[in-house]
Amino acid sequence: MRYLTARKRAEGKGAAHTGTEHHWSMTVSAVALAFMVPTWLYIFGSALGQLQEAVVAIFARPFPAILTALVLVVGMRHFAMGATMMIEDYARGSARKIGIIFAYSLSAVIVATGLFALVKIAI
Amino acid sequence: MANVKRVERPLSPHLQIYRPQLTAITSILTRITGNALIVGVMLAVWWLLAAATSPDYFAVANAVATSWFGDLVFTGSAWAVWYHYLAGLRHLYYDAGKGLDIPTAEKLGWACIIGSVVLTVITILLVQ
Repeated sequence: MRYLTARKRAEGKGAAHTGTEHHWSMTVSAVALAFMVPTWLYIFGSALGQLQEAVVAIFARPFPAILTALVLVVGMRHFAMGATMMIEDYARGSARKIGIIFAYSLSAVIVATGLFALVKIAI
Repeated sequence: MANVKRVERPLSPHLQIYRPQLTAITSILTRITGNALIVGVMLAVWWLLAAATSPDYFAVANAVATSWFGDLVFTGSAWAVWYHYLAGLRHLYYDAGKGLDIPTAEKLGWACIIGSVVLTVITILLVQ
């Protein structure tokens, strides 16, 4: 017989204490990226290997610039959360904390750098 | 009396003799590809920053991005992103409670492996 009621068990939101929030966030960003990534791959792949003027001209256009910004913001959040999941599986204690902070910091640096480049190209 | 000599039993799950299964390998590859993609993203963003900065800086970054090293990273990243893409779709399908029987799960594993290679080749042909 269970001494905890169904409600009491649900209240703590399980061992993670955040319920399915992490999983649902990954699902949402995965679906968003599934729609954006194929087109972005084509744009980036076409730009790669071209002269600087051509590259700047491509990313100065609204669609490639906005899509790249979205892929960066959504993708790096997806990465940070996924890397956190991996670190939580393989590391513990201080290594875990440092690893998670590093993953989020690296993602933030990449997003900031990418957005700065896009803004500089746009203006 | 309790036997003081510890019995040397094999440890589960016998990793040395455990036959690797397609479903397990395709699952761990999802994690490996997803995390490894950070290398390609860093190179791509650095290249974009250089394009936004100056001709000299772009010359350096573009030389790296289009060198054999750049080709290796971006070709690997193209495969990694397509593998992660298909495995992610498979994950969403599993989450819906479908495709979890062994024959279907194995077919989906092969679909991820073969599909990712085919999509990588198509991508490279399209953008070259």
